[in-house]
Amino acid sequence: MATRLQRYLSPPAPTSAQDEAGQAAGPTGLASLTGHTGPAGPAGGDTDGVAVRVRGLRRSFGERVVLDGLDLTIAAGEFVALLGRSGSGKSTLLRILGGFDTGIEGDVLAATRRSVVFQEARLLPWTRALGNVTLGLPGKDVAARGRVALAEVGLADRERAWPVTLSGGEAQRVALARALVREPDLVMLDEPFGALDALTRIRMHALLQELCRRHRPAVLFVTHDVDEAILLADRVLVLADGRLSLDVPVGVASPRLRSDPAFAVLRSRLLAELGVDDVAEGAR
Amino acid sequence: MTDVSYLPATAPPPKAGPHGLPPSAAGSAATRSAAGETRANAAPAATTPTLEDPTGGRRSRGTRLSAPGWIRRLTGPAVLFAVWWAVTGTGLVGGRVLASPLAVARAFGDLAGDGELWNNLSVSLVRVGWGVLFGVAAGLVLAVLAGFFRAGEHIVDSSMNFLRTIPIIALLPLIIVWIGIGESAKIFLISAGVVFPVYMNTFAGIRGVDVKLVEAGRTFGLGRLGLIRRVIIPGALPGFLIGLRWSLGVAWLLLVFAEQVNTDRGIGYLLTSAQGWNRTDIIILCLVIYGLLGLLCDGIVRVLEGSLLSWRRGFSGT
Repeated sequence: MATRLQRYLSPPAPTSAQDEAGQAAGPTGLASLTGHTGPAGPAGGDTDGVAVRVRGLRRSFGERVVLDGLDLTIAAGEFVALLGRSGSGKSTLLRILGGFDTGIEGDVLAATRRSVVFQEARLLPWTRALGNVTLGLPGKDVAARGRVALAEVGLADRERAWPVTLSGGEAQRVALARALVREPDLVMLDEPFGALDALTRIRMHALLQELCRRHRPAVLFVTHDVDEAILLADRVLVLADGRLSLDVPVGVASPRLRSDPAFAVLRSRLLAELGVDDVAEGAR
Repeated sequence: MTDVSYLPATAPPPKAGPHGLPPSAAGSAATRSAAGETRANAAPAATTPTLEDPTGGRRSRGTRLSAPGWIRRLTGPAVLFAVWWAVTGTGLVGGRVLASPLAVARAFGDLAGDGELWNNLSVSLVRVGWGVLFGVAAGLVLAVLAGFFRAGEHIVDSSMNFLRTIPIIALLPLIIVWIGIGESAKIFLISAGVVFPVYMNTFAGIRGVDVKLVEAGRTFGLGRLGLIRRVIIPGALPGFLIGLRWSLGVAWLLLVFAEQVNTDRGIGYLLTSAQGWNRTDIIILCLVIYGLLGLLCDGIVRVLEGSLLSWRRGFSGT
C-alpha cells in the first residue's frame, strides 16, 4: 500500500537502468481476479516485483477449451509481447486479466492499477478528447492531469476535439493517454495498432517505447505482427493450444533493426511456431 | 492475333509473339527454364481491348447557372399553390368545395382580428403541451426501467409491445368512461399516444449503446451511476430525439380527435364547426395551421438535435 501511495504522489523518476527489464518498479499491488486467495495468494512473498501471475488458468466455452492450464508471470516494468493465431485465446486472456471474464478456473493475480488500450480506441463519441482521457479518474486536478497526459502523446492542442474529428492514430494516442493518466502498474494493449496504416504504426511504436521508458509499467502487448513484437518487447510469448508454447527473451541488440541477423533468426522461429511458412513470408 | 489465347497448350508457339513481338523476344523469355517454357506457351496472351470514352460523350460543361437550394426546394410547394390558385380563381372548382387562397387569407384576417383564432390556438397548444409533457415523461421512465433492468424489460417491454398495437383512437370510449369528457380526458388521450414512440425509440437507443463502450467505461473506473450518466444516457439520446419527433406528430394528430368530442374551444373545434357552417376557407385555414405547427415542432427538435448531438457533426468548438 505504501508503495502505491508513493508512486501516486511522486512523478515516476526515470532510472538509469532503463534498458533492463523489471528493475524499475518495486512490488505492486496485486488483485486476485478469482475472488479467493489460493495457497500462494497476494500475501505470499513470491509476488514481489510481479505485475501478473497466472497459475493453471483454464477457460472453456462449452465444449471448447480456449485456455488450458496456462502459466504466466510478468515482472514489474517488463514489456511482454503475446503472439498467437486468430482464435488462439489471446483476447480471452486479456479479458480475464482485465476482469471482464469471471468464468475461469485457476489462480490469476494482476496489478490493481491496470489499464487497457483496445484495438479500436473506444473513445466515447459524445465526450471531447480531454473528457475521454479523464473518464472515471478519481482525485483532484483531474483536468490538469489529463492535459499532462495529452501533452505526453503530442495532442495538447486537441483537448477540445470530438473523437469523430480525430484520425485513427490520434484516437489511439488519446486512448494511450487515457491508459497512462491512471499511472498503471500494468498496461494491456490488445492489437492497439492493428488498424493503423504502416507509417502511423511506426510513429506509434516510437511513442509507445518512449512512454514505457518514462513510466515503466509492465506491458502485455497482444499482436499478430511478429516484427512488431520483436521491435518492442523484452520477451515474446506464443499462445497455442491453450498454453504458452514458446517463451523467449528478445536478445536483439537495440536499436533493433530488421537487418540484424539475430532479428531474422528470431523472426523465423516465431513464424515457425505460429505455423507460417517463413520462405513464402521472407520472399516479400 | 487475338486468337492466340484460345490456342491449346500443346500448340506450337506462333511465328510472331503477341502484339507483334519478334519470336526471339518471346523465345528468350521462354528459355529461362525448361519447366517455364511450357508454362509460358500455355499462358494466354492479352487480347487487344476495345477502348471507349466512359462518359459516352456526355460531358458536363462546368457549372451551370443554378438557384440556391432553398429556392429549388420551394418549387414543389409553389407549383401546388399555383394550381390551387388557378383552379379556384378560374372558377373550375367552386368556392364551396375549395376556398381560394384569397378567401383563406380573408378568413385568417377575420378570425385573427377578433381574437378568436388566438383563443382557440392557445387552448390547443396548452392541451398538446401537457399531453406531450406527461407522455414523454412516462415514456422515458418506462424506457429507462426496461432498458436498464432485466426484470424491467420482462415486465414492461412485452406489455408495451402489446398495448402499442391497439389503435389509440379506440381507447377514446374507455377514456370517456374513466375520466369523462373534460380537459383531462383530452390530455390523457394525447399522452397515451405520445408514450409509445418515446418508449420504443428510447428503449432501442439504450439497448443500442455499444457494449464495448460500456466495457471501456467499466475498465476506467465508472460505477453504475457513472456509466448511466457518461455512457448510456448520451448514447440513447439520438434514439430519444427521434422518438420525440415522432411523438409530436402523433400529438397533433390526436388533438384533432380529442377536440371533436364535447369541446367549445380549440383548433379542432374550429375545424368541426367550420364544417357545420360549410366554410371551406376556415377548414383550409385550420389545415394550414396544423401544417405550420407541425413544421414548428420539427424545427424545435432539429435545434435540440443540433445542440445536443453536436459531437456527431464533429464541431471542434474552438
